[in-house]
Amino acid sequence: METKYLIIGSSHAGLSATDEIRINDPDGSLTMVSMEDCLPYSPTVLPYIVSGKVDAGIIRLRDDQYFKDQNITFLKGKKVVKIDTQASKVTLDDNSEIGYEKVLIATGSEPTLPPIPGLKESKYHVLRTMQDAQEINKSAEQAKTAVILGTGLVGMHAAEGLAEKGLKVEVIRGRRPAVLPNYFDKASMQMIHKVFLDHGIGCNLDNQVASIEPGEGEKAKVILKNGDAIDTDMLVVGTGVRSRMDFFANGAPQMEEGILVDETMQTSVGNVWAAGDVAQAVDFFSEKKELNAILPDAFEQGKIAGMSMSGNLKAIEAVPGLGKQEGFFYNGGVSMNTFNFYGNRSFAVGLSLVEDDGEYAIHVKFDTDRCFYQKFVFKGDYLVGAIGINTSLDPGVIMNIIRRKINLKGKVDDFIDDPQNVSRRIMWDSWRGVAKV
Amino acid sequence: MTQAYYTLAVHPEKCNGCGECEIACAKIKADSTDVAHSRIKMLRNMKDNFFGPVVCMQCGEPSCVKSCPANALTKDPETGVVRWHEDRCVTCTICTLGCPYSGIYYNPVSSSVIKCDHCGGDPACVKVCKPGALEYMKNSDLYKDQAPLEDLFAPGLAGCMGCNTELMIRHVLRHVGPDTVLAAPPGCVPGQCVVGMNGECGCKVPSFHPLLTNTASMLAGIRRFYKRKGRDVTCLALAGDGGAADVGFQSLSGAAERGEEILFVVIDNEGYMNTGMQRSSTTPLGSWTSTTPVGPALHGKPREAKYMPLIMLMHSCEYVATASMAYPLDFHEKIEKAYQASKRGFAYVHVFSPCTTGWRFPGDMNIAVQRKAVETNYFPLWEYERSKDKLVFTYSIDDPKPLENYLSVIGKFRHLSKEQIGQLKEQAIKRMTVLQRIAEVGLSDEEVKLKLKAACEGEFKVADVDVSGVEWGGMPKSHSKSVKSGSN
Repeated sequence: METKYLIIGSSHAGLSATDEIRINDPDGSLTMVSMEDCLPYSPTVLPYIVSGKVDAGIIRLRDDQYFKDQNITFLKGKKVVKIDTQASKVTLDDNSEIGYEKVLIATGSEPTLPPIPGLKESKYHVLRTMQDAQEINKSAEQAKTAVILGTGLVGMHAAEGLAEKGLKVEVIRGRRPAVLPNYFDKASMQMIHKVFLDHGIGCNLDNQVASIEPGEGEKAKVILKNGDAIDTDMLVVGTGVRSRMDFFANGAPQMEEGILVDETMQTSVGNVWAAGDVAQAVDFFSEKKELNAILPDAFEQGKIAGMSMSGNLKAIEAVPGLGKQEGFFYNGGVSMNTFNFYGNRSFAVGLSLVEDDGEYAIHVKFDTDRCFYQKFVFKGDYLVGAIGINTSLDPGVIMNIIRRKINLKGKVDDFIDDPQNVSRRIMWDSWRGVAKV
Repeated sequence: MTQAYYTLAVHPEKCNGCGECEIACAKIKADSTDVAHSRIKMLRNMKDNFFGPVVCMQCGEPSCVKSCPANALTKDPETGVVRWHEDRCVTCTICTLGCPYSGIYYNPVSSSVIKCDHCGGDPACVKVCKPGALEYMKNSDLYKDQAPLEDLFAPGLAGCMGCNTELMIRHVLRHVGPDTVLAAPPGCVPGQCVVGMNGECGCKVPSFHPLLTNTASMLAGIRRFYKRKGRDVTCLALAGDGGAADVGFQSLSGAAERGEEILFVVIDNEGYMNTGMQRSSTTPLGSWTSTTPVGPALHGKPREAKYMPLIMLMHSCEYVATASMAYPLDFHEKIEKAYQASKRGFAYVHVFSPCTTGWRFPGDMNIAVQRKAVETNYFPLWEYERSKDKLVFTYSIDDPKPLENYLSVIGKFRHLSKEQIGQLKEQAIKRMTVLQRIAEVGLSDEEVKLKLKAACEGEFKVADVDVSGVEWGGMPKSHSKSVKSGSN
């Protein structure tokens, strides 16, 4: 078959792009391919499927009616095995071919396995697809104990979910001796770590896995570097992900950790775009191209890709001197995330990991008893990063003060005194353009 | 999709921070008096006496909806309300990362996110807001005050494509109403048939076409005449920057100084655009015009523009303001104040009016260009009321966008060198510095005033001066110390 727009992947980036394409081009033929045989969903929600907080049936991002209304051919359960960018066509796992005018790669990422002897021979779970989540749930019904490899978001979420189901859970770190090392600094990390320990999760950050001996069925024996051994009924691996981009056969675009894209999400190949976890776009702070595999970035990138693909950006560029308007061009990814655990809530945005080094001013308030932590990172008069655990701050407000590079000259002290109200006020003022004099 | 939705309009100037809205919201949503349950949050700042409620704005393109992984937030196409579906929510709180205005936030008491849903069309907060700071209205009703006012300008447009002046004429005339005599000196305003063509008049108020030089003095006479006859007639001038700042300045300055009761509106398109884009004294530095061409010797206008609004401020006018049609509510407020002030004395409104033809930019970008000029502090919006002796910025001057944002969209600046851009920035900063000082202390800083007064009194203590030796009409007889105290 032939299609004008082909979207590979059906999560936030892909759907955001289809929305945008349909705004600009209501009639152009549009095909979306999803490797899973189900309606679109977000991988972010998977830990909550494991914890049983929500039912898989009701959290679909779109229903069949959407694809019908928007006149989109939605191919479920078809995996793209080959993309030939020179011939502008893709091959699916059933050997059918789709010719395209423009293609968006929004395939996301897939789990990576640490090089641990015996892991591949053992039965293990990952958590990246709905099927993975359902399999974990099935195994958890039988299991009494679980070992989780990896202390990232997936690992910690899964630990809480399985423990709440009554399993005895042991979490073992990957390369770095920390929990959520991408988002939380040492002090805040220790607080989060303690909450997990208090809830009976085994999480010794000094140890690493040496090897794994497969057992009967899903059982395994995990041998640690200090010689200890843990017998477990099930094994979950959450040690990291990599971009899913191994399907280029002819004329691959430039790739590093992800597919390199410009500020309109276009790759080095003219009619190929990439967005979401698979895309390696410019970073807000370093201005280098880096992976920033988070949900808010996925829809932002998908939207820009959709606009770029359906030709709207050309019209904008044609206006003399209009320049690169915000919202039409990607202005860099900012690291951000929220993490909620055992009734506590936390968030980290921007350069949250920065420690005091002269270039940045750090303001920290904490109270270990209340599990309260608040950190602001300033560069001159600009806020560049923040962490909050059980604060009353609005993450989005903080995030936008960073992203819009709002100058806090003369307000830094007020801000630190009463960050919630001052930050809300700053965004209020910036929206209304109100003057304060 | 394009329909007018109901919205919770917030009028912060009316808010007194009583917090009744929070209590009403907590009550109806959670049957509790704990304001943690309130979907509307009061911002209070005693330092600058600021109060204002924060509440979800039900965005057109809500980022909370887009970032929800569980489809637990949806935009209702019928009501425009962003709905939260409790059954699907996993409380990941990623939605709170998207919202820049804290319209959705985590409530630690209920352990869930909460947001405003307009109470299904009957918001409890509005009902308890005594000062009227909250209003439940359709967003199309924002301009309802202007809608019933009669358009006093002929339909159609004789101006260039995308001209802002026509829009401005309509709004001003609408606002000041039919009891008006309009003076329009040569320029784009009469060029758009305000004063008529072949015996037909372009607008529904008596209008006339003075010379460039005598607009203000003619209006002064008309106002005085009607006043003597016992009639209150608004005397309105719609003049270009040439007719105000250059050749018409003498009569304008005179009328302002005498405190003539005139409403003088200047449409500043930074040159003589009507006659072929010649430079005027308000043409900015570096700007191309037909008399300041760009070539090997000359690179646009070599001199800085003169800043008329400040010059007029020093005339002790009743009211002076700068305005732009890109901010129509602000514009109407200022015209209203100026209109009222013109019954007491001289009112001057300086309107920024980019010229699509003369400045070289596409016809559909006029409002965008104006907005950029304001956002970059190139054309700051402010007003000065003599009764309050206070200059107030009506658009925040903090965190201006780079001036290049504005310059780059306009053809007449296309050739600018880095140096010229630097000079324009300098000039903008210079203006802002002066304006900001006046805004901070008014025209007369009490502290400085006291010092000056003390200094004056110290030198000329009238009672101490012996004038016996002075021969009136000539020099003092003696230059000796006889003009010293105690010589009785």
